[in-house]
Amino acid sequence: MTKLNINGKPYDVDLPGDTPLLWALRDQIGLTGTKFGCGMALCGACTVHIDGEPGRACVTPISSLAGKKITTIEGLEADKVGRAVQAAWIDVGVPQCGYCQAGQVMSAAALLKKKPNPTDADIDDAMVGNICRCGTYARIRAAIKQAAGQTGASA
Amino acid sequence: MNAPFDLFALDEDTRRAANDAFVIANVSRRRFIRSVSVGGLALAVGLPKLARAEDPPKYGADGMPHGWVDNPLIFVSIGNDGIVSIVCHRSEMGQGIRTGMPMVVADEMEADWSRVRVVQATGDERRWGNQDTDGSRSTRHFFTPMRRCGAAARQMLEAAAAARWNVPVNEVQAKNHEVVHAKSGRRLGYGALANDAASMPIPAADVLRLKDPSQFRYIGTGKLKLVDAKDIVTGKAQYGMDTRLPGQLYAVVARPPVYGGKVTRFDAADALKVPGVVKVVEIEARPAPPNFNPLGGVAVIANNTWAAMQGRNALKITWEDGPNASYDSTAYRSSLEESARKPGKVVRNDGDYSAAAAGAAKKVEAEYYLPHLAHATMEPPAATARISDGHCDVWACVQSPQAARELVAQRLGLSVSDVTVHVTLLGGGFGRKSKPDFAIEAAVLSKAVDGKPVKVVWTRDDDLHHDYFHTVSVEHLEAGLDAKGMPVAWLHRTAAPTIMSTFLPDQKQEADWELGMGVINVPFAIPNIRIENPDAVAHTRIGWFRSVSNIPHAFAVQSFVAECAAAAGRDPKDYLLEVIGPPRAVAPKMLGDTWNHGESPERYPVDTGRLRRVAETVARESGWGKTMPKGRGLGIAAHYSFVSYIASVVEVEVDDKGNIVIPRVDIAIDCGATVNPDRVRAQMQGAVVMGVAAATLGEISFKNGRVQQDNFHQYEVTRMPAAPRDIRVYIIPGDYSKPMGGVGEPGVPPIPPALCNAIFAATGKRIRRLPIGDQLKA
Repeated sequence: MTKLNINGKPYDVDLPGDTPLLWALRDQIGLTGTKFGCGMALCGACTVHIDGEPGRACVTPISSLAGKKITTIEGLEADKVGRAVQAAWIDVGVPQCGYCQAGQVMSAAALLKKKPNPTDADIDDAMVGNICRCGTYARIRAAIKQAAGQTGASA
Repeated sequence: MNAPFDLFALDEDTRRAANDAFVIANVSRRRFIRSVSVGGLALAVGLPKLARAEDPPKYGADGMPHGWVDNPLIFVSIGNDGIVSIVCHRSEMGQGIRTGMPMVVADEMEADWSRVRVVQATGDERRWGNQDTDGSRSTRHFFTPMRRCGAAARQMLEAAAAARWNVPVNEVQAKNHEVVHAKSGRRLGYGALANDAASMPIPAADVLRLKDPSQFRYIGTGKLKLVDAKDIVTGKAQYGMDTRLPGQLYAVVARPPVYGGKVTRFDAADALKVPGVVKVVEIEARPAPPNFNPLGGVAVIANNTWAAMQGRNALKITWEDGPNASYDSTAYRSSLEESARKPGKVVRNDGDYSAAAAGAAKKVEAEYYLPHLAHATMEPPAATARISDGHCDVWACVQSPQAARELVAQRLGLSVSDVTVHVTLLGGGFGRKSKPDFAIEAAVLSKAVDGKPVKVVWTRDDDLHHDYFHTVSVEHLEAGLDAKGMPVAWLHRTAAPTIMSTFLPDQKQEADWELGMGVINVPFAIPNIRIENPDAVAHTRIGWFRSVSNIPHAFAVQSFVAECAAAAGRDPKDYLLEVIGPPRAVAPKMLGDTWNHGESPERYPVDTGRLRRVAETVARESGWGKTMPKGRGLGIAAHYSFVSYIASVVEVEVDDKGNIVIPRVDIAIDCGATVNPDRVRAQMQGAVVMGVAAATLGEISFKNGRVQQDNFHQYEVTRMPAAPRDIRVYIIPGDYSKPMGGVGEPGVPPIPPALCNAIFAATGKRIRRLPIGDQLKA
């Protein structure tokens, strides 16, 4: 039994310790907002915050998470920066299919917590690990800037 | 537009030949599939011919299986609390249709959007009309039926209010979710009128009053937010991957590594020892052609996805690789080249190419290669099935829920009415999810565990290894230029395995609808045009990929026009416009195109004026002709597809090491009038990125029959830093009384040639093989 703290709530997870957090979240706990895209930390669809840092749930074994605070997309609304990012995403109309967007939002929120006024280079660095096959990158950039209170780029 | 003006008419024999070739052309994908599955080739080929003998040809939504439905009692329901529920019967995969279609209904019925809820239809085309969400068709086919649906609902609400107040119906007016009687100042909300309105007669066509477009409150404004946006950014949105049912099991499948292979034997002992693994089941492979059938293989069913994956790793399977065991994409490229260098089946022949080429002042020749691509939707295929009391429920991210329903029923031996397909959100579609093989897998696996709910999950390597791949092609072009450098003779040989090979045996030629995607229907002012289609045999599953054959055809044609411009020493933009020629409406059949995207040739001629206009727009807006610094260049391409006109100017910067940056892309679309211009803009932005990915990175290769790419480290797609920073979209204003064009797909084809034309302008190096990869590296 592994004890996990997710979105401020404790969970007992009855899965082998090498099980990636992704599958514990999705299949056992029932938090399906964190998405499966590659299983190899290549696409970022499964991005969560682990003690505030962005991490890829698909390669993070639950055994490594004892005592850590995990935030998923379902818990992001509790955070001021998270809410600003979500609001900007809706306002700019970022999502197309939306499947990668939970991961994009989590990466963007982690960036803005660290750098409230990111440069384009900061944005590239923070978001390079998140693939969007629909190609919403220009709007993601605009939404990050809007959430940061900067003037948005053309979208 | 009744008598389209043709610059170069075909002779009668060629026209007749083109008509005969029409036989399969207008068989839509779905109707076609069903015909094949029930009756084989004869029925499939016979259907349209029989239909044509008796009936006038049907076009647009009329020509699709189950056509359209506009009945408000089917699509709209109003609660006594005033909440208006509107059904969206098309699949949402990022194009915004769950916002767009209900918006049309809501606008016409004067519903307040904040009190509208969207309900997703299950797969049931007899009820909703055609649901095949592909071909960039949803809006152009359903805009008018959905307007009628909303207008009828509005008039029924008005009639209910008039009856309640006992006043003439022409004295009342529906406005913003209520009906008002101005004379008396009385008003009733839609909730209060719901029950009465539902029993009012549905207005007949002659009394139905559509709004004047000047009265639209939502259509054309682009101001409504996506209905699913909030759910998406809070993690609540439900995709095919997200289904969870009580007692659900999870499955992954080991499929034959070579297309056409099958399981010889397998040992499940170690797999069954993995904690959480419940059962190992073989899925029977079906004989070729593959259709939408599962590929077969061995499934591991477990308590969670991870355990199923671990179980699959522990399987010991001996495969028989079958007839495609030696498929090698490098060798195949050579064979396609060989094929494309010799004459092939003539599919369009205007004038006398050979004589004109022989007399030309200059000859230009080029050959282009485009590899297989994988769709790589961010959500890999996933579906859940449950069978209970003889009824199978399937939850799946499918573009074709009706096909999924029929094929699940067929596979399980149930009647179609005993299968319900619940359509989830699609985490990307791009044509992959038109093929519901994964939904059938889920149904087969549920049956194997006594109907318990089973979710089948495709991993990324499953997705890349077992896609219905975008075709691979060699495009061979030759032109003869006159003394002024203009082409007087044009030869295009296109050699690519056809999508038809997925449905019928022994298919070696592109179907008419593949040829009608930008190879035969080039509307160029060239008197001698010869298009040939040499043989190409498929060795893997070939399927629709966003914009389909337009990708190779547009790449070849638009690159080659620029190559001819360079040979003539002309500006590529001016040259392109001159090749397109003066504004005119060309009958598709005069171009040898009897398909015309399934649309009426009278309503949808090829309008070179519109093609010119988008090209001129991007040229003007991008500052075409301006002096570019060293290593920078602009490239232009214009392409007509899905009855829309698109042109793009790409700006590229190539450094000394051959690294590419794309600072800016200008793209113009003329798709007629728009429902949701913000989503048109989004589709163009996305198409640019997908076009850049295909041009710079995308390649699926085969060796020993096996796909060589396992995941995104090997099948790379464009990421944020490489995506064009500044994408400027121009939407040519349209008229709601005129036919609409497609939006989802046509943005892709012009991007690879515009990019490669820009690279030529920047470096003098001509890219003829995609992806660009490291071809520019020193």
